[in-house]
Parts: sequence; C-alpha cells; structure tokens
Amino acid sequence: MANVTNNRPLSPHLQIYKFIPTMAMSIVHRITGGALYFGTLLVAAWLIAAASGEEYFNQVNWLFGSIVGQLVLFGYTWALLHHLLGGLRHIMWDLGYGFEKEFSTKLAKGNLVASIALTVLVWAIVLIVR
Amino acid sequence: MDMRTPLGKVRGLGSAKSGTEHFWRVRTTSVALVPLLIFYIVFLIIYAGKPYAEVVGALANPFVATINALTVIASIVHMRLGMEEIIQDYIHSEFLKLTLLVLNAFFSLLVGGLCLFAVLKIAFAG
Repeated sequence: MANVTNNRPLSPHLQIYKFIPTMAMSIVHRITGGALYFGTLLVAAWLIAAASGEEYFNQVNWLFGSIVGQLVLFGYTWALLHHLLGGLRHIMWDLGYGFEKEFSTKLAKGNLVASIALTVLVWAIVLIVR
Repeated sequence: MDMRTPLGKVRGLGSAKSGTEHFWRVRTTSVALVPLLIFYIVFLIIYAGKPYAEVVGALANPFVATINALTVIASIVHMRLGMEEIIQDYIHSEFLKLTLLVLNAFFSLLVGGLCLFAVLKIAFAG
C-alpha cells in the first residue's frame, strides 16, 4: 500500500498566509512565548542570587543594571506584556466572542500598541521611583 | 500481502485522549498567571535596584513568598505545554521531536525546581 502519510495536506504556514494584523500578532504571540520560555532563566538567576547571598545578588544586579542587561529586561517586559494581552484575546475567542473581522483586526493592532505603551509606562515608573 | 484494512491498521494508534487536558491546562494556568504576573510586575517596579537586605526581606514575607511560588508553578506548567505545542507543530522527525520533548520537560522542571528552592530558602532561611 502507498505511503499515505506523505501525501497528507499540511496546514498553511507563514509564507502562505497574507501578512495581516491578526496573522502577525498570532505569530508574534508564539515568538514572545518562546522568548519568555528562555527568559525564565533571568528570573531564575535573580531568585537564586537573592537566595545565595549579598555578593551574588549584587553581581546579578550589576549585570541586569548594565546597558545590555537593561535592553534585555526591556525586551523581556515587552514580550511578557504582549503575550499577556495576546493571551486575554485568546481567552475571549475561547469563550466564543470577538471573531468579527473588523473587530479582531482592531484588537490585533491594539494588542501591539497597548503592549508597547504599557512597557514604556512600566519602565517610566521604575525610573521615576528609583 | 497485508489484508488489514486502513482502519484496522490505525486503530489504537490514534489520539492519546489527552488533547482536552492539554488545552484546559494551558487555559487555567494562563488565567491564573494574569493576576500573578501583574502582582509580580508591581513588585519588581517597587524593588528593582533596591539593596539586597530590603529585597530579600520583601521576598521572605509569607504572602509574597506564596505568590512567588504559585507564579513559578503556574509559569513552568504553562511554558512546558506551550513549548510542547511549538515542538509538535514544527519538528517532523520523530527522533528529534521526542528528544526535544524530553529536553523541554527537563528544562522546565529544572528551572522551576531552582526557582522554587530559591523562593523557599529565602522564606525559611533568609
């Protein structure tokens, strides 16, 4: 018998879909999720340093306080907030709401704008409080 | 010649009956993570750049330590399931897929274990 599995249709991929807001935010949701996966190493480093004593804590704090560290943390903040807002959109869809074309496109754009705005807001507050 | 019908061949090789469980756990952890992470972000806004004694003192607070531990647990479950989905979607070679799924489980548990130990050590021993 012929190998049936080879001819099974594949689901459409990045290069098949037209680049539209909902599609872009869908793949960005996955990319930010993947980034956050490895970003947990930063949280682990921070917590372990805090548990290991003042010397380690200061070293990790110095690393996070450096320009590269701050850029990475800024990106991490954005990825987290973007994924969080994207997740709320998914919960809405899971509950059966918000599938209308115009509305979901607006929400996809809003997701990006809101995640950037919130990231800037969080960092503005951190810098002001400090 | 193989006389078995295509249906007969695939019987028992189909769904592992765990798809709903996967879906449900991704959703429950994501809902839990919304308030937990908002708390975490506020906590970090307050304590970012603060001296060691002050940060550790705050982390040792029973309420903060509990929230912290719950955030770690919900996060590792969520991230493991999410990465599982990515691996299953993009990796088609069976051997590589299984290897990555095992590494994914190990990585999540290792990171989670380290974080939990750190949180508990700070809470109990300072």
